[in-house]
Amino acid sequence: MQMIRDNNWVLSVGTFLPMLGVIALLVTPKANEAAIKMVALLTSVATVIIGIFTLVNFDFDQAGAMQFVAQTDWIPVIKSTYFIGVDGISLPLYLLSMVVTLLVVIYSLDHIPSPGNPKAFFILMLILQTGMAGTFIAQDLILFFVFFELVLLPMYFMIGVWGGEQRQYASLKFFLYTMFGSALMLVAFLAIFFKTGAESFAIPYLVENGGGIAKNVQVWIFAGMFIGFAVKVPMFPFHTWLPDAHTQAPTQGSVILAAILLKLGTYGFVRIAIPTLPDAAIEWAPWIGGLAVVGIIYGAFGCLAQTDMKRLIAFSSVAHMGFVMLGISTLTSFGVNAAVFGMVAHGLITGMLFFIAGSVKERYHTLEIAKLGGMLTQVPRLGWILGLCSMASLGLPGLAGFWGEFPAILSAYNPADGLNVSVYRTYMVIAALGTVFAAAYLLWLYQRTAFGTPKGHDHHDVHDVTTYEWVAWLPLLVAIVAFGVVPNLLFGVIDPAVQETLRAFGG
Amino acid sequence: MDIAGDFLPPTIEWFALSPYIALVAGALILLLGSLTPQWPRGWYGLVSATSAGVAGVLSVLQFANLADELPRTLVKGALAHDRFGLLALIAICVAVVFTSMTTVDADTSDSLEHFALLLTAALGAAIMVTANDLVVSFLGIETLSLSLYVLAASDRRRSASQEAGLKYFILGGFASAFLLYGIALVYGTTGQTSISGIGSTLAGEVSVPRNDAMLLAGVALLLVGFGFKVSLVPFHSWTPDVYHGAPTHVTGFMASLGKVAAIVALVRLFVVAFPTRADDWRPAVFALAVLTLLVGSVLAIVQRDVKRMLAYSSISHAGFMMVGLEAAGRIGSSSASDGVSSALVYVVLYSVLAVGSFAAVSVVSQHASDVTSTSEGQSTTSLDAFNGVAKTNPVFALGFTVLLLAQAGVPLTSGFVAKFGVIRAAVSTESYVLAVLAMVSAVIAAYLYLRIMVSMWLSVPASGEATSALAPKLSLPLRVTLVSAVAITLVLGVLPTWLLDVSDSLALFAR
Repeated sequence: MQMIRDNNWVLSVGTFLPMLGVIALLVTPKANEAAIKMVALLTSVATVIIGIFTLVNFDFDQAGAMQFVAQTDWIPVIKSTYFIGVDGISLPLYLLSMVVTLLVVIYSLDHIPSPGNPKAFFILMLILQTGMAGTFIAQDLILFFVFFELVLLPMYFMIGVWGGEQRQYASLKFFLYTMFGSALMLVAFLAIFFKTGAESFAIPYLVENGGGIAKNVQVWIFAGMFIGFAVKVPMFPFHTWLPDAHTQAPTQGSVILAAILLKLGTYGFVRIAIPTLPDAAIEWAPWIGGLAVVGIIYGAFGCLAQTDMKRLIAFSSVAHMGFVMLGISTLTSFGVNAAVFGMVAHGLITGMLFFIAGSVKERYHTLEIAKLGGMLTQVPRLGWILGLCSMASLGLPGLAGFWGEFPAILSAYNPADGLNVSVYRTYMVIAALGTVFAAAYLLWLYQRTAFGTPKGHDHHDVHDVTTYEWVAWLPLLVAIVAFGVVPNLLFGVIDPAVQETLRAFGG
Repeated sequence: MDIAGDFLPPTIEWFALSPYIALVAGALILLLGSLTPQWPRGWYGLVSATSAGVAGVLSVLQFANLADELPRTLVKGALAHDRFGLLALIAICVAVVFTSMTTVDADTSDSLEHFALLLTAALGAAIMVTANDLVVSFLGIETLSLSLYVLAASDRRRSASQEAGLKYFILGGFASAFLLYGIALVYGTTGQTSISGIGSTLAGEVSVPRNDAMLLAGVALLLVGFGFKVSLVPFHSWTPDVYHGAPTHVTGFMASLGKVAAIVALVRLFVVAFPTRADDWRPAVFALAVLTLLVGSVLAIVQRDVKRMLAYSSISHAGFMMVGLEAAGRIGSSSASDGVSSALVYVVLYSVLAVGSFAAVSVVSQHASDVTSTSEGQSTTSLDAFNGVAKTNPVFALGFTVLLLAQAGVPLTSGFVAKFGVIRAAVSTESYVLAVLAMVSAVIAAYLYLRIMVSMWLSVPASGEATSALAPKLSLPLRVTLVSAVAITLVLGVLPTWLLDVSDSLALFAR
């Protein structure tokens, strides 16, 4: 893989800048809330500026190459290096994590969840940002693992301290599930390290040499990685932490969880598991595809059964990540392109839906679908935004969701060589049915909450979209429409990197 | 016959022996104190901390010297002078310094024998970790154990403490009997008690000329005896009761120093003396490791008392160290020495975590007993006592959280470095089953640390406003101990390089 080492400070600065913000926040007195919010805002704005600088300097003609590569010794004894870089797959997710964090910070300026304490809240959020960005740029398995785990704790505390009534249960479940996954993942990382001659943890090195491991060994190593990533995605049947975590998390936590954290798992498959262990990937792909379509249908049925708006959106994530995993499981560049697009689109759309759910909760003090109604007459702008996002989520052409979902289904028609075509075509049919269900549950949700007459919530809390909300939401809404109309904005970046990643499968 | 003429006294390397001398000197100074009037408050602790500190600095110097010297034996092969033993010795001295400081606040802080016993225990441990002779090792074990029996029973006002001391004494006596019998059988087959001598004797034999059954019986008995001391399942039953009953700072001392001494002596004995029988003892170590990991972590999460939780978690940690020993037993593999160094690094890092964690527990239980002084008999270390600690003292709670997360093996803490090391050794010796089981048990045990964190951060104090008005009081020595433990945990977690750099030299035993 080609490495471009220009501007190699950019990624480190972009990733660790939030930690400077954390230090600044630590010395800011707790009572001075205005200063705390200002520090958090400035930090995330500065991070996004670095992100924009990264975007501008990214060489789009060589999106398949690793760019901004920095590589220095870190723990030489175990042959782990500080090795970072971005290609066309990492870049959109890396930037998404920065933008979403900024938007969440803006939203939080006006919406610190109970029991308050903005200082701790923003500190956790900025640590989270470092962990998320770091995971997407790490090119060394140990570095990846450290960032991957770094994400866990702030989110645990965010759910546990600022969450809903069942927060203790939800946060414990989240933590233990994810830790279980990463425990086995670590063993798998060590196994691949030793099986490739104990030379290096660098991902490019392992991509070169991983294919040389005997197939039956590869299958076992893949199993460890599979559990680690599948829990994070989450894939059926490892998804049960997700509805609880999402429902109990504060709005900000849900947004970050949906928009970024779930992508760490799918990204892990695309970046690490599949390219380093190509033979095992072929063996595992039908099973991954099968679980993915089960997830699609199961998530949809789960949605239909929900009475709580936030829980419904959470289950819809299970279904949507099913489409992403189906795309990945085809092992074709077409499918993986769709999957990476789907990750970004799901991040934008579902993040937005959770924002709306938070605002609905704030206005109506409930998320019971049965107690909502008539949003279009009472809070028309919020109602229209919910409409747009529901349409985007169900995969309406012209909005971002479509380009993640439709090509993923299509890619299953023609999976990579060595995969059973008839099995995948069955998957394709089932997944297509899933989109019908998706339309059903989202339209039904929209009908019940936005149409009809308001159900007696005439108190002063019910107001339309505020300025803070507009600022936080507009970029997401614009992106949903823009990527929907001109998908090549994203596909153009992703595709060369996907081609590079799937070289072992003949493109 | 002129026997005296042939007798060559061993050359005494005073500098190499200086850590032991410093520990003995400290203990003697303290004992002389019984002839003088009561010293001012804190002075006893100062003496024991100083002498352990001096011993620690001397060990560090010798550790550094060994960079360009070969490991050798001292006092006619009685003691080994190698980095393996010296790193453990440094950890022991650190444990004594920390414990001396945390004891200042305890009820026993005005009794000099308490501090003298800390030093004699450290001396016993120091001898155990460097002993190159089974008889010397046994002397160390007994010196350590007898001191710990008394320390466990040192809280004369609580019957639980007396009970802990007695229970520890009786079961510890059993363990010593097993050890002695094992030593006798091994001596019977090999004709010597020198650990490196046994190793070279067994390596030198061409076939199997001697009574191997007797030798293996001896090895098995030694494993059982050390199993008691290390608290491996199924020899662990004393641990929760003794850890719970002993005064909390003593518990931290036992968990750190006791574990370092026992693990290091066990690893040295098995790797140096019995590598030729590794195929025989490795399955036993494997079974003990699996049992210890799973039973320790599963039983840990169902406890209601924090001291018992941490006791079971210390059992589970011992299982991780056994994973390292199992890897060290794969003699044919080029990575076997990784197993040796990873087990040592694990126990050394754990010892800091244990002292820090139990010091934190003692702060909370002290506070709880101050607040609820009326309700007799109620345990002050139950999980409920930790409810809402983060609200009254967030900095303290944050420090304790770091220590707990490190025990759970979260990256960027020393606990991760420790776990990573043993898992790495296990995977590199293709011991996948053990690696996976160890990681699964780490996740199970993580629930226990999370429960304590949940109590501190997410629960409200049971007795309402009256409790939260009183933040736990931390004296200066306690603060220093906690801050240093947390600092060591984080620094070694983020930059483990220098520790890992020396890890190759750790597996070079003096023979």
